Amino acid sequence: MPESLLYGTEVVLNGLMAGVLYALVALGFVLIYKASGIFNYAQGVMALFAALTLVGIMEGQIPFAHLINAALGTEIHHFGWHVPALLAILLTMAIMVLLAWAVQKFVFRHLVNQEPIILFMATIGLAYFLEGFGDLMWGSDIKKLDVGLPQGGSFWIEENTQWLGMGNENFYGFFLDRLDLVATVIAAILVVALVLFSQYTKQGRAMRAVADDHQAALSVGISLNFIWVMVWSVAGFVALVAGIMWGAKSGVQFSLSLIALKALPVLMLGGFTSIPGAIVGGLIIGVGEKLFEFTIGPLVGGATENWFAYVLALIFLVFRPQGLFGEKIIERV
Amino acid sequence: MNDMSNDSYVTDDGRTIGPTVMEMKNITLRFGGVKAITDISFDIREGEIRAIIGPNGAGKSSMLNVISGFYVPQEGEVWYKGAKRPPMRPYQVAQQGIARTFQNIALFEGMSVLDNVMTGRLRQMNSGLFAQAIWKGKAEKEEVENRAFVEKIIDFLEIQSIRKTPVGRLPYGLKKRVELARALAAEPSILLLDEPMAGMNVEEKEDMSRFILDMNDEFGTTIALIEHDMGVVMDLSDRVVVMDYGKKIGDGTPDDVRNNQAVIDAYLGVAHD
Repeated sequence: MPESLLYGTEVVLNGLMAGVLYALVALGFVLIYKASGIFNYAQGVMALFAALTLVGIMEGQIPFAHLINAALGTEIHHFGWHVPALLAILLTMAIMVLLAWAVQKFVFRHLVNQEPIILFMATIGLAYFLEGFGDLMWGSDIKKLDVGLPQGGSFWIEENTQWLGMGNENFYGFFLDRLDLVATVIAAILVVALVLFSQYTKQGRAMRAVADDHQAALSVGISLNFIWVMVWSVAGFVALVAGIMWGAKSGVQFSLSLIALKALPVLMLGGFTSIPGAIVGGLIIGVGEKLFEFTIGPLVGGATENWFAYVLALIFLVFRPQGLFGEKIIERV
Repeated sequence: MNDMSNDSYVTDDGRTIGPTVMEMKNITLRFGGVKAITDISFDIREGEIRAIIGPNGAGKSSMLNVISGFYVPQEGEVWYKGAKRPPMRPYQVAQQGIARTFQNIALFEGMSVLDNVMTGRLRQMNSGLFAQAIWKGKAEKEEVENRAFVEKIIDFLEIQSIRKTPVGRLPYGLKKRVELARALAAEPSILLLDEPMAGMNVEEKEDMSRFILDMNDEFGTTIALIEHDMGVVMDLSDRVVVMDYGKKIGDGTPDDVRNNQAVIDAYLGVAHD
C-alpha cells in the first residue's frame, strides 16, 4: 500500500472513533427532542454534571463542602473513603434520574403547550443553573476521571497492522487510542440497547407513542408526565456515558459542556428526530473533519477542525434542511 | 322499555342490556363566560349503543370530552360503575377502561398499524422492564397473548392487508378504522366514538355502521357515540340523547326522539312570529 493511503486509512479510523463520541452527545438531544419537542440546550451541561458527580462520589467528596465551610467555618472536604467505579456509576445514574424528575416537576410541567422558543429558553436557564449547581456541589477545579478505562495507544493493533506497510520503514502500524476503541464499543452497545428498548418494550412503545401524538397517547392511558421523566432519565444516562468518555479523555472541567456545540452540526446533518441520523451524522462529521484537516488543512494553515463541521452544517441547511434522515416537512395545501 | 328501573332487559333483536355503567349527573361546563353544557344528566347502560346527537355547536363533543376526562366540568358529577369519579387526568380515565376515538383522528402517524393497535393494549401489560429485557416468563406470555388479541381485532375490522403499513400513508377511511381498532383493543368498558362517520361516503358509512353493530354484538362492547347524521344514528342506537345549545332537549328510544317536538324544531328550525 502506498504511504498516503495508509495514513489516510488511519485518519479515517480515528475520525470514525471521534465521530462516535459526537454521536453519543447528539443522541441525548434526539431522544428529548423526539419525545417532547424540546431542544435541550442543557444536554452538554448534563454530561458535565454527570461527570462531576461521578468523580465526586468516587473520590468521596462532601457535596457543597465549600458552602458548608463558608457558612459554619469548618474545614471539611472529603468523607475519606473511595467508592468503586461501578457503584459510583450506579449512584450517579440514580442522581440523574432524580434530576430528570426534578426538571419535569419544577420546570417543564408548568410549561406544557408553550411555544418551542419558550421551552428552549427554559433549557438555557437550566444549563446555567446546572453549571452553577455543579460547581457549588463539587467545586470548580479541573478533575481527573479514572474509572479504569484503558488509556494510550494500542500496541497490539500497531504491531499487527505493521505488515500493511509492506516493508515501508516509515510505517509503524496504525495508531489507535484504546480509550477511543472502548468508547466505540460502548456507544455501539448503548445504541443497540436504546433501539431494542424503544421497539420491543411496553415503555418504549409508550415513548414512541408520546413522541408521535400527545392527545392520542393520553387516550390510550399513557401518562405524559411519566414518559417525560423517563426520557429525561434516559437522556441523563446518555449524558453520563458521554461525560465518562470525554472526561476520561480530557479531564472533567467546564469545557466538557461545550461538546454540546459540536453536536449541533451533527444534528443538522442527521436530522433532529432520527436516532440512526445522529449516529451517521456523528460519523460523517468525525471522519470529514479529520480527513479535511489531513488533506486540505496544510494548504490553508491548519486548524480546520474548529470550523469544518459548522460549514458542513451550513451547506446542509441550504440544500437539505431536514437533514439526512429527518422527517421532511410537507405542508398540505 | 326505557323505564327508570335498573334491571337488565332483552332488546327486540335479542341482545341483553345490563344495568347502568355510567351516569352523568347535572353536568355544567363553562369556557369563561360561555356555557358549553348546561345541567345535563343521562346514563349509559351496559351493552347498549347510546347516541348523543344534536346540530353543530350543540356541545356533543364537549360532553364526550367530559366523559373521557379531557374537560373537567365546573358542576355536576360523573358516576362510573357505581362510584362517584374524582377529578381525573385523561390517561387515568383511559386506564379505568374508557377508550375513545377522535373527530379529527389522533393516531401515531409514524408507527405501523400493528404498533398503533398494540398501544391500545398497554393497560393489559404489567410485566416489569427487567422481565421484558430478558424476555422470559410473564413478559413473553403477555406479549404473545396481547398479539393474539390484537390480531383478532385486526381480522375483525378487516385491516389485515395494511398491518405493517405506517399509518401516515393510509387514506382517511382506513385511518378511522385503525383508530377504532386501537380503541377496541383496550377491551373498554365503554367505547366513546366521536363522529365515527364524519367525512365518509355512503359506502364507508355503511361499513362503519356494520362494524359498530358487530362490535356491540360480538364483544358486547358498550358504545357511546356522537353523530349528526340523524339517519345513521336512528338505525344504530338503542337510546338517543338530543342536545341543542348545550341543553338536553330529548332522551329516549329513536322512535321517542323522532316524534319529540323539541327535537323536530331544533333540526328543522321553527317559525318565529
